[in-house]
Amino acid sequence: MTAPLSISLDVNGERVEAHVSPRINLADFLREHLKLTGTHVGCEHGVCGACTVRFNGEIVRSCLMLAVQANGSSIETIEGLSDSGEISDLQAAFRERNALQCGFCTPAMLITAQDLLKSEAEPGREQIREHLSGNYCRCTGYQAIVDAVEATAKARKNRNKARAP
Amino acid sequence: MSKANENSQTLSELDRPNSYIGKSVPRPNLDRLMQGRGLYVSDLELPRMAHVVFVRSPHAHAKIVAIGTSAAKKIPGVVAVVTGEELSAVITPWVGVLSHLKGLKSAPQRAIAVERVCWQGEAVAAVVASSRAAAEDAAEAVTVQYEELEAVTDMRTALDSATPVIHSSLGDNLAFERTLDAGAVDAAFSGSDEIVEAEFVFGRHTGVTLEPRSVVADWNAAEARLTIYQGTQAPHMVQNIAALHLGLEEAQVRVVCKDVGGSFGIKVHIYADEMATYALSKLLRRPVKFVADRIESFNTDIHARDHRCRGRIGVKRDGTITAFEIDDLTGIGPYSMYPRTSAIEANQVVNLVGGPYTTKNYRARARVVFQNKNVMCQYRAVGHPIACSVTEGLVDLAASRIAMDPVEIRRRNLIADDAYPCASASGLRFELLSHHTSLNKLLAMMNYDALRAEQAELRKRNIHRGIGLASFIEVTNPSAAFYGVGGAKISSQDGVAVRLDAQGAVICQTSITEQGQGSESLTAQIVGSVLGVSMERVRVILGDTDQTPYGGGTWASRGAGIGGEAALQAAKILRRNILDVAAAILQSSPAELDIANNMIVNAFDVTPRMELRELARIVYFRPDTLPPGIQAELMATRHYVPREYPFAFTNGIQASWLEVDTDTGFIKLLKHWVVEDCGTLINPQLVDEQIRGGVVQGLGAALFEKCIYDERGQLTNANMADYLVPMSGEMPDIDVGHVVSPTSESELGAKGAGEAGTAGAGASDSNAVNDGLKPFGAVITEIPLTPQVVLTALKRI
Repeated sequence: MTAPLSISLDVNGERVEAHVSPRINLADFLREHLKLTGTHVGCEHGVCGACTVRFNGEIVRSCLMLAVQANGSSIETIEGLSDSGEISDLQAAFRERNALQCGFCTPAMLITAQDLLKSEAEPGREQIREHLSGNYCRCTGYQAIVDAVEATAKARKNRNKARAP
Repeated sequence: MSKANENSQTLSELDRPNSYIGKSVPRPNLDRLMQGRGLYVSDLELPRMAHVVFVRSPHAHAKIVAIGTSAAKKIPGVVAVVTGEELSAVITPWVGVLSHLKGLKSAPQRAIAVERVCWQGEAVAAVVASSRAAAEDAAEAVTVQYEELEAVTDMRTALDSATPVIHSSLGDNLAFERTLDAGAVDAAFSGSDEIVEAEFVFGRHTGVTLEPRSVVADWNAAEARLTIYQGTQAPHMVQNIAALHLGLEEAQVRVVCKDVGGSFGIKVHIYADEMATYALSKLLRRPVKFVADRIESFNTDIHARDHRCRGRIGVKRDGTITAFEIDDLTGIGPYSMYPRTSAIEANQVVNLVGGPYTTKNYRARARVVFQNKNVMCQYRAVGHPIACSVTEGLVDLAASRIAMDPVEIRRRNLIADDAYPCASASGLRFELLSHHTSLNKLLAMMNYDALRAEQAELRKRNIHRGIGLASFIEVTNPSAAFYGVGGAKISSQDGVAVRLDAQGAVICQTSITEQGQGSESLTAQIVGSVLGVSMERVRVILGDTDQTPYGGGTWASRGAGIGGEAALQAAKILRRNILDVAAAILQSSPAELDIANNMIVNAFDVTPRMELRELARIVYFRPDTLPPGIQAELMATRHYVPREYPFAFTNGIQASWLEVDTDTGFIKLLKHWVVEDCGTLINPQLVDEQIRGGVVQGLGAALFEKCIYDERGQLTNANMADYLVPMSGEMPDIDVGHVVSPTSESELGAKGAGEAGTAGAGASDSNAVNDGLKPFGAVITEIPLTPQVVLTALKRI
């Protein structure tokens, strides 16, 4: 079956209706149909992690998923996470620590790091390294990224402490 | 005024309170990349843009008997199906040779193969369609009839008379050979107490840029102009080559380079499929986009290393190294790459072996042979990892033979810090290096003696950890000696234009390029410091042959040292011009004025006199109010190229601390240290991150990365699941320290730092593994150090 199918989904809080070829993957749909080019395609076989997005709150590789499978779902991309301000502190930490060079892996790296920080208040370096292991970076050697994630976790913990009565 | 005085004056000018030199300020414009709002070539779309997909050879060596395109042409959306023969009408072939590499030969290479394919993955036809998917569908409908030919795959037998010659017009499969005989090698060996020999084997690997190679070529027939959007390290080189082979003037070609998703030397070459894309745009009179997929990347991005090097070292019982000798063999695929050639790596190996040490006795032979595998060429730290692994491996083997500590043998043989200027046995000229200071700093950082004690203690518990050291030298700031003298139109100079805009901000155009190293940042830091303007008011424009001065780009660790110096000199001229106008407006003299915090101030007490914004307003909108005869020049351009030294050598030393699991063969990296000396540090954080990234690329080669070919020339692991690269979980923390020996050839004093990490990481890792395995008497001189290699050395399998 190759006739286009209708899909309806929520992308970064906006309702999207589209007719898509059944074979188009979610990464290509986001990039080519919606022009959300912050989702990067590095390997197209689910290894490099550059295409990571949020699907109903969970991180997935958008190159391993068909757009039609996203019908009825809620997708969040780096553009949405940036505009909402959800990861602004993490982005600031990446900037301060120079945790990106070419930047191609960075949107997905930020999404994956935020996924860890949401579930772990103060992950150790080994835990951070483990969680980021599905996201390849060829430029930094990873240490600066680990430092930035660690610093963000600490800052968030202190902020939460300060807020507590 | 003496040179030293000039330098101290300039440095004090750079060292003013608002100077950014030597400060770890964040790079500008990172938000764009972090918010997913960068513009990589793969993101680019143009009106009427078509997509090209290449039909590629499944054979390593075959005659093309027939190509059937009619079925493919009928598929909806297909614009054209083009064979090599058809494309020859718009693009000429090329030969990747340079005249200073004497004897280097190669055969003409075409954008798309004609009559014969020479490696698995070489393009045989191009399918252009309205979408990538349509082009891929149609590519499957192209039928190619091949007649398979015998493939030359083993470099060790490539020169045998029984082996077929890949290009009969060349006579044999030898692309290049270089020999060197310095000092009195035979006498030195016969006077040695011990001679140690080993064969060092290096796996073929590749750069794996996370964004594959991408290009959009847009031939505008009405303008008779080709715009090439490409992730390249060298836009002007691309402009020159595209014009040359498409029969255009350089003025008819514009190369635009926005964000680049990783380069590492992979994107400093001209690839056949990129040439084909330019030609297709011209042929079809519309924009054509090519983005390699990952399989194509593995099959066509240049590979590197793939050397087998026999090495010999002579040593006396007191630790004196008497001589080095090497015989290096490397297989480069069927063609020497264009335009930088594939002989540079072997040439560098000959140049660099033994480089950190005092012995003048050195003999070398390097042979470069053709094979039916993907092309090989310059990748990050060209030749350095080979030379460093061979040299440092031999030094450790010699130390072990005479029962001397690896630190001690280095102390006794590294060139003394007060011996400069001097030259290596191979004739490399060193201005100022710091091997001993670097070694001492490294030992302190890693607490060497405590680590040795810990190692001994753990050995008793059957835990086998190793310490490995690797001293290295690094080629940076290349002059015309690298490519220009051999006839390549690859600029060794760079230019920077700086101007004050109408609101007193600064716009700076530079010919160096950005792939994440921090070219934009270092340029803004230098210009801001000299001009007294805050960095956020300096905008840097790079990567556009229509917009920037002419220059080489960013490769071979040249951006900071060459482009940075051009920025410094341009900013100094603009500063003088600004002060001249300010003096006229303020009825003062330039000597009494200075610029600080975006304002003209009194030189003696920094009292604000006038904002730069106001000065710009007067110059641009009320020049009538300036005194007669004053013509403000608020734009200045300067170029720079090193002339005294062909290369600015840097040096450093690395150390690895790792654990070998002698049951499984797995290696766990525990810690890594680097001390390096790149002269003036413009931004220490960026230098550290260059080093760390480089180290991890070196560790990837040492432990995981290898393009595995079978005997028929088939690449068997051309995907990211089977070709392993370092992941965060298995990489160690890396401590970086610096020694600072500025080059006095430039005012800035900066040398490069991009290769240093990759140069020595593999060597220190290999030495650490051998150190860890000492109780077993196992010695490994092969990378990658896979569990299989380790267990084989341990005779466990």
